[in-house]
Amino acid sequence: MPMSDRVKRLRDESIETSAFISPERAVLVTDFYRKPCARDLPPPLARAKVFHHLLDSRFLYIGDHELIVGEKGICPKSVPTYPELCCHSMADLELLDTRKKIPYRVSRETMEVFRDRIIPFWKGISMRDRIFEGMSSEWLECYGAGVFTEFMEQRSPGHTVLGGSIYSMGMEDIRRSIARAMEEAGGDRKRRLQLTAMDMCAESLMLFAERYSLKALQLSHSEPDPARRLELLQISSVCSRVPRNAPSTFREAVQYYWFVHLGVTTELNPWDSFSPGKLDQHLLPFYLRDLQKGILTPETARELLQCLWIKFNNQPAPPKVGVTAMESSTYTDFAQINTGGLAPDGSSGVSELSYLIVDVAQEMRLLQPSLSVQIGEATEPAFLDRALEMVKAGFGQPSIFNADMILKELLNQGKSLSDALLGGSSGCVEVGVFGMENYNLSGYFNLVKILEITLDSGRDPSTGRMLGKPTADPVGFASVDGLLKAFEEQVRHFADIKMKGNDYIENLYAAEMPAPFLSLLIEDCIDRGLDYHQGGARYNTTYIQFVGLGTLLDSISAVEHHVFAPGGTMTMKQLLESISCDFRGREATRQMLWNRTPRYGNDDPGVDRFIRPVQDICLAAVDGRPNGRGGEYHINFLPTTVHVYFGSVTGATPDGRRAGRPLSEGISPVQGTDRNGPTAVLLSASRLDHSRTGGTLLNQKFLPGMLETDEERSKLAALIRTYFRLGGHHVQLNVVDRETLLAAQNAPEDYGSLIVRVAGYSDYFCDLTRELQDEIMRRTAHGG
Amino acid sequence: MRKSTGSMKARVFQFKRYSVHDGPGIRTTVFLKGCPLSCHWCHNPEGILSVPQMVFMASRCIGCGNCASVCPSGAIDPKDPSRICMERCDLCGICVEGCPAAAREIAGMDATPTEVMDLVERDIPFYGTSGGGVTFSGGEPLLQADFLEEILVECRDRGIHTAVDTSCCAPEEVFMRVSRLADLMLCDIKLVDDGEMLHYTGGDASRVLDNIRLLAGSGSAFILRMPVIPGITDTERNLQLVAEFLLGLPLMPDLQLLPYHSSWRDKYSRLGLPPPEGPDPDEGLGIIRALDFLREAGVLTARGN
Repeated sequence: MPMSDRVKRLRDESIETSAFISPERAVLVTDFYRKPCARDLPPPLARAKVFHHLLDSRFLYIGDHELIVGEKGICPKSVPTYPELCCHSMADLELLDTRKKIPYRVSRETMEVFRDRIIPFWKGISMRDRIFEGMSSEWLECYGAGVFTEFMEQRSPGHTVLGGSIYSMGMEDIRRSIARAMEEAGGDRKRRLQLTAMDMCAESLMLFAERYSLKALQLSHSEPDPARRLELLQISSVCSRVPRNAPSTFREAVQYYWFVHLGVTTELNPWDSFSPGKLDQHLLPFYLRDLQKGILTPETARELLQCLWIKFNNQPAPPKVGVTAMESSTYTDFAQINTGGLAPDGSSGVSELSYLIVDVAQEMRLLQPSLSVQIGEATEPAFLDRALEMVKAGFGQPSIFNADMILKELLNQGKSLSDALLGGSSGCVEVGVFGMENYNLSGYFNLVKILEITLDSGRDPSTGRMLGKPTADPVGFASVDGLLKAFEEQVRHFADIKMKGNDYIENLYAAEMPAPFLSLLIEDCIDRGLDYHQGGARYNTTYIQFVGLGTLLDSISAVEHHVFAPGGTMTMKQLLESISCDFRGREATRQMLWNRTPRYGNDDPGVDRFIRPVQDICLAAVDGRPNGRGGEYHINFLPTTVHVYFGSVTGATPDGRRAGRPLSEGISPVQGTDRNGPTAVLLSASRLDHSRTGGTLLNQKFLPGMLETDEERSKLAALIRTYFRLGGHHVQLNVVDRETLLAAQNAPEDYGSLIVRVAGYSDYFCDLTRELQDEIMRRTAHGG
Repeated sequence: MRKSTGSMKARVFQFKRYSVHDGPGIRTTVFLKGCPLSCHWCHNPEGILSVPQMVFMASRCIGCGNCASVCPSGAIDPKDPSRICMERCDLCGICVEGCPAAAREIAGMDATPTEVMDLVERDIPFYGTSGGGVTFSGGEPLLQADFLEEILVECRDRGIHTAVDTSCCAPEEVFMRVSRLADLMLCDIKLVDDGEMLHYTGGDASRVLDNIRLLAGSGSAFILRMPVIPGITDTERNLQLVAEFLLGLPLMPDLQLLPYHSSWRDKYSRLGLPPPEGPDPDEGLGIIRALDFLREAGVLTARGN
């Protein structure tokens, strides 16, 4: 279906405009906090007033041709910063402006504003500065060594998804709930304070929309084109109704969501932005009603969704710096839209709108938002087939999830069935209950670095410092069990340090940086009179993301196979010497380890038997332990781009991987070592107990020829269905041939639009670092 | 019912899982070694000889010389490990084990039916969802008919769908015995003219046609497949003869045309063999025109893969 001229123009603008830093938000926030009275305000009120100040003063952008309005910055691709959380230094800004990959342009004037007004005020008191200042020396050492990363060091605790509440409640309705909660709070001053802050935020969002309504009305007066004049009047009318009232039409529902999205991402910069969750299910009643009333056609609905897609794409992620930029080097801010899946009653959630949304995502072919299809036993085959047709289009979307397994994971975490049915995936692959869960991602955890430290009895070989617990000299291990036992001790040691750090940060946020607006949207913050950051949500999870599973398993397998098993090829001492010198002068040994080790991803029991013990080690260290918000820690396995960074700080490994090379990503096999085809990969991967994780990420690369025909696609569908029956959580397919990737590497300018799947998201191939490009090319491609 | 004794060994040169172009659903293809034909365009030259063969992948070799030093018969030239003195080599496999870079393999291992079944059964979950199963290919699987019969019975007992991919160059009695045990026969029809068949494949065209004719009358399920080899099988003359043959059958079967892939030459050098000249890709009708030609002649045909 061809795009309308309007959509084409808006889309072109979104793609062609480069990301640049807008100082507007930083200036407004700083001006507010500079006032003497601001310092004495209790944090919830201060945040509510900042929010009000922002929405009251921000520049309003209404682009030509737009139907859905509102930008995070002053126009498309204009990126605000959050100096109260992470105040970019002049050096940071310089780097953002000039770096080759993922640059954010910073104008001279912006530089000056930061130099003169922003940086002097926030230096030393931004959350980031306070976090690093307050962290223990052991945490700082581990962080510096690349044992783990920390998402919340420059972005607020995030990762939550909207449920269905806004589609039946306007901000006025929400204010009535707040008033009721206020009555219940009686004389509880803390609760009253929180609720007052929430109430102010509800009012502020209405104000923001009303300002848009007025602006559209004013523009209409001077608009020469009668058709556009009418459109501006419609925008004005929509913005005067929502978010004050519950939406009454499809268009109002879309615009309402977008205002809420802007509110959440203006208030703070939560990790993984914000997502509408099960958009098809939320919008379906409006869609059907409007169609019946004759005020909407599938074509106009499509155009409105296309406009929403462009809005997402107009908002590059907040500019990350330092280690965080390395672990997540991308413009995408991980808004993931779920389609299909389960309805609240457990039946299939697929509707005609699900198909329409897939059409829109495929036609738009944009970096953001990311589309996922949720496939359960109840999902009709045609929907999976439609998804695979989109996969064939070759830009790495949609990702494919097992809706039944997600339900099981959420139930295992102790959620009620009725709540768990409202859950889905977000970010890359993480699960949560939409609209009622604060599920924080807290950072990546480098399993392979910890193995390296274990093999050096607790020392970090790259610095010689004692980073871990002193454990036994591996030379004395009698079997691979000795290694696993020492490894377990080290994992627990580092997990403890990591979790202590998380608790510190989460407490700091709870005390100093509440999120009263986000609290309006997530059940039960209002009922409890408790902020989102303080455990107000019904469920409060903290996830730690384990990285390097494949490299770890292969390394354990190499130790078992080459040192301990009968017919072993070397002693432990020889193995340790080989890795400590990065195999210099020992290429034959390296090749032996690389080629002659039973490797994960080949359906080989010789290595797959270590999957459960390793998972149990991760679970024992983390799973079910209490966090500071009344919830629990859980684990998941996903990498974004951190496997490249983690690899760069990790020495050579027993599986023959050279020092500095990327680790395996997600739960995928080590790149290029899965030689028995996709069924073997999936069988190996399904030996992990996915139901005891909060998400796993599996990448599979296919050559285009594997899903050309209906028959090939139906076989691929059966492959995925089987993986899901075996208990797999997620799979994403990259369909691109190696020649194309090579050509793109050599002539990036000719392949600027080539999008590939990286991990839980897609990105422009040419925006990836050379290391990551190479890494993607090394992943095994399944051919005919 | 016959029980697997494990005594009848097969000589296998490859297992391929997620095989999606050799029968319905997701399949595991077991390639049996040895073939009575030697087609000019053979994609699986390691399948032709019945005996095991040394395979050497030069691109993987790191030149460490380990293979030469571990070889008990001194068959490998230490200066050039690609050179093996075949008179001395007894395929003991020590160099394969000793090669750190996995640059050496022996094509052709002996496997008992139990060993083959163990591998085939691994993907049962995928067969179930997709309606797939196992395909025995080659080489020419009918050359190992005793093993094949045994394993087909075994698969039938365990509810695994079976297909046999054959050149149909086999004695009638063997051919029919196997076809009665397999769920599906994938039958190659390459060339109809006896002289051309002999020239390009070394095989006997009449035997192929006789077998297909018998099969067509037997009620067994089968699919005919023709590789489109430029200038050899896709000439108008051959296609005309194929069409006439098919139209002469009591019940006309479907014919799949398989496209020609030119990425097979590397395999010959790995076996230390000079690659054959191979067809000229510019000759012949090509698959699209071949499909049209056959359809016009009244044959039910489709493109396979």
